[in-house]
Amino acid sequence: MDMRILGRLTAADALPFYSWVAVGGAVVTVLGLLTIVGAITFLRKWRYVWTEWMTSLDHKRIGIMYVMLALVMLVRGFVDAIMMRAQQAVALNSTGYLPPEHFDQIFSSHGTIMIFFMAMPFLTGLINIIVPQQIGARDVAFPFMNSVSLWLTAAGAGLVLISLVVGRFSTAGWTGYPPYSGAEYNPGVGVDYWIWAIQVSGIGTTLSGINFIVTILKRRAPGMKLMRMPLFCWTTLATSILMIFAFPALTVTTALLALDRIFDMHFFTNAGGGNLMNYINLFWIWGHPEVYILILPAFGIYSSVVSTFAAKRLFGYKSLVYATMAIALLSFTVWLHHFFTMGAGAGVNAFFGIATMVIAVPTGVKVFDWLMTLFRGRITFHPSMLWALGFIVTFVIGGMTGVLLALPPADYLMHNSTFLVAHFHNMLIPGALFGYLAGYMFWFPKAFGFTLDERWGKGAFWCWIIGFYLAFMPLYVLGFMGMARRMERYEISAWQPFLLIAALGAVVILAGITCLVIQLVVSIRKRNEKRDLTGDPWDGRTLEWLTSSPPAPYNFAVLPQVRDIDALHDMKRHGSVYVRPKQYEDILLPINTGAGVLIGGLAFVFGFSAVWHIWWVAAAALLAILATAAARSFRDKTEFCLTGSKVQEIENRHFRDLAREGVL
Amino acid sequence: MSPVGDDTALLPHDEAYDERAFGFWLYLMSDAIIFALLFATYQIMAGDIAGGPQGSDLFSLPHTFGETLLLLTSSLTFGLASLALDAGNRRRVLAWLGVTFVLGLGFLAMEIHEFHGMITRGAGPDRSGFLSAFFTLVSTHGLHVSAGLVFILVMTVQVVVKGLSRPVSSRLERLGLFWHFLDIVWIGIFSVVYLPGILR
Repeated sequence: MDMRILGRLTAADALPFYSWVAVGGAVVTVLGLLTIVGAITFLRKWRYVWTEWMTSLDHKRIGIMYVMLALVMLVRGFVDAIMMRAQQAVALNSTGYLPPEHFDQIFSSHGTIMIFFMAMPFLTGLINIIVPQQIGARDVAFPFMNSVSLWLTAAGAGLVLISLVVGRFSTAGWTGYPPYSGAEYNPGVGVDYWIWAIQVSGIGTTLSGINFIVTILKRRAPGMKLMRMPLFCWTTLATSILMIFAFPALTVTTALLALDRIFDMHFFTNAGGGNLMNYINLFWIWGHPEVYILILPAFGIYSSVVSTFAAKRLFGYKSLVYATMAIALLSFTVWLHHFFTMGAGAGVNAFFGIATMVIAVPTGVKVFDWLMTLFRGRITFHPSMLWALGFIVTFVIGGMTGVLLALPPADYLMHNSTFLVAHFHNMLIPGALFGYLAGYMFWFPKAFGFTLDERWGKGAFWCWIIGFYLAFMPLYVLGFMGMARRMERYEISAWQPFLLIAALGAVVILAGITCLVIQLVVSIRKRNEKRDLTGDPWDGRTLEWLTSSPPAPYNFAVLPQVRDIDALHDMKRHGSVYVRPKQYEDILLPINTGAGVLIGGLAFVFGFSAVWHIWWVAAAALLAILATAAARSFRDKTEFCLTGSKVQEIENRHFRDLAREGVL
Repeated sequence: MSPVGDDTALLPHDEAYDERAFGFWLYLMSDAIIFALLFATYQIMAGDIAGGPQGSDLFSLPHTFGETLLLLTSSLTFGLASLALDAGNRRRVLAWLGVTFVLGLGFLAMEIHEFHGMITRGAGPDRSGFLSAFFTLVSTHGLHVSAGLVFILVMTVQVVVKGLSRPVSSRLERLGLFWHFLDIVWIGIFSVVYLPGILR
């Protein structure tokens, strides 16, 4: 083991002078950070940012911070994507503009960022903001642990970002297959950045999973039986169960790879009795459920959006619930379809192929349920509804190609080709990202008290969906033409037209992202026109629309009585909505703490020093995390009391607004 | 959010303790998956000795039996601490926690001794796939025991400083779950790693 004070960190190795593009990326990253820090300092907002946001244990604020992280990482991940598209568009018989070493880092960081640091924080953020409100709860079960999860995720994201400035990122792809990711072939720091970023954020995700399960099972409002929960709560429950059962597999996989790399162990090496097939199995035992961790929450969002903007009760609620749980269960029985070509026996491949096709059944049930909800509904074409409609059409195409890939003989032909790349983007872009964006536009007014501009929202949708088809349909064709994934250059001129179309698609998606940015800026500037004082801008059907926007810290001054799946709709029909009690009760709320930020910061220090083999710092950081946790455990009183009279003051304001809007 | 009301700090509601216990069970389930995968990995790699020593060359039944006795007894003594907790007897709680700590420390010492002996004989974790899997599985359990020992120390201080208050006793209950969980895992290690290794 390396015992130097700074481990293997030396200025010559660490700075990104191997490629001018990487230098540019590093400069942008550093300037971005300096801009944010400078802006907060210039506006003298550090106290506000620290006391109101970073140390906050309010699930809505934690959720908002998760989504902000996700949007930043979406931009970073997209920059990676458009760079790859640009490289492949020009790299016919030429080296293009990216050296191979750098191109490999880009496809590795694109996948890692989009899955772990865009999609995961996006869905966790939306769940955090909405689920406690949908079940009529005042908070999540473990507010402090929630903060720890957030800052561990942020620490992981920070490790990926800093790898662009200090050192390099992995070149082993987002899946990090050995032996290429082992120390023998990849002795640098890249794979270590990948390992520790995932390890740190993965623990945060496991904790989030525990938090959401306990919240949903223990904190539902009176009368809200499981079978009366909004579908988003069901999909959150399923996703959380998958998180606590699947993420340990990722922890084990990356930990064993780290042991191989640091202590010369032989889990996945070629020699010394290593078994690299075990890595691939372990990785996908996490990896396949992960697909559903990403997609199920989006299914829940679509259910809310479709039913609200069709102004109809969700069709086939029970079948949607059973389908969700069936998908969650089946997701653990299909991992081998990611490596049919590894050469398991025909019987094994047949089993996993059939299990994979079986998943299409509950998914199909869901698609029909959404269609039937739309049928004869009074449809409002809000941007969220457009995302949902675009999803239904596009996702079905992706599902078809998935069933194709589920056939082992066909998979042997298409394995590792761009057909596969097209397939999983065809699942995850509509199946996850469109859903999160639908949720973002749907619930934004709940979080901030004003609605997002719809015209720019629709512009974003059309750019994204057209860009998606342009970018990925050519990849299906290229897959059939034999193009392998992750190619930095190629010699076949017949491929280039398709790669040019794909690059054009990426440009159109860039326009979509620009629309999202403009939408946010325009909406903030017009926030007074777009103010929503009712807390219920879309004639909502579920309980999150009963609270004020943004909600009071306690969400509900009086816990609602639930009698129906569409609890709020039911209250509206019976005239029992917005009823005030004679007297408000005292409410306990969590006291803010910086311990979560501290643990996240220490985890970042730990990860960074583990990457660079600065072992004494890594050990000190681990001890400090332990000490922080132990010190925190001495605090018995972690909540303060918001008295009934204070609650009444806040509620008076809300009811004045409601009266002004003529809702009462 | 910042405190809006007056700052009268209050103890959590009864339901909060149920939630914490349930959350801890979920954590244990998640941890059990980690061990399950390490067991599976060990099982796959048990034969990958790469020309090096195998289990029967390295394991000693009396030594493992000693470790097992220490750990199982520590589970019993923790149970006695839990009984004392129910009876509200603070001194007996502290005494049994102390005994549990010593037994756990003894277990850990024996494990480190075993590891040390293996490494000096050239049978360290970098020798073969089998030994990588062995060291990782067994020392993951050992690390858990170490964490449990730290947890016992923290709780001992809390019992001394705060007495057997509701928050403290709920933490002790969760520590108990953790400690007994490690016992169960050890029985797995004994039956999957040591027994077949010696009998082979």
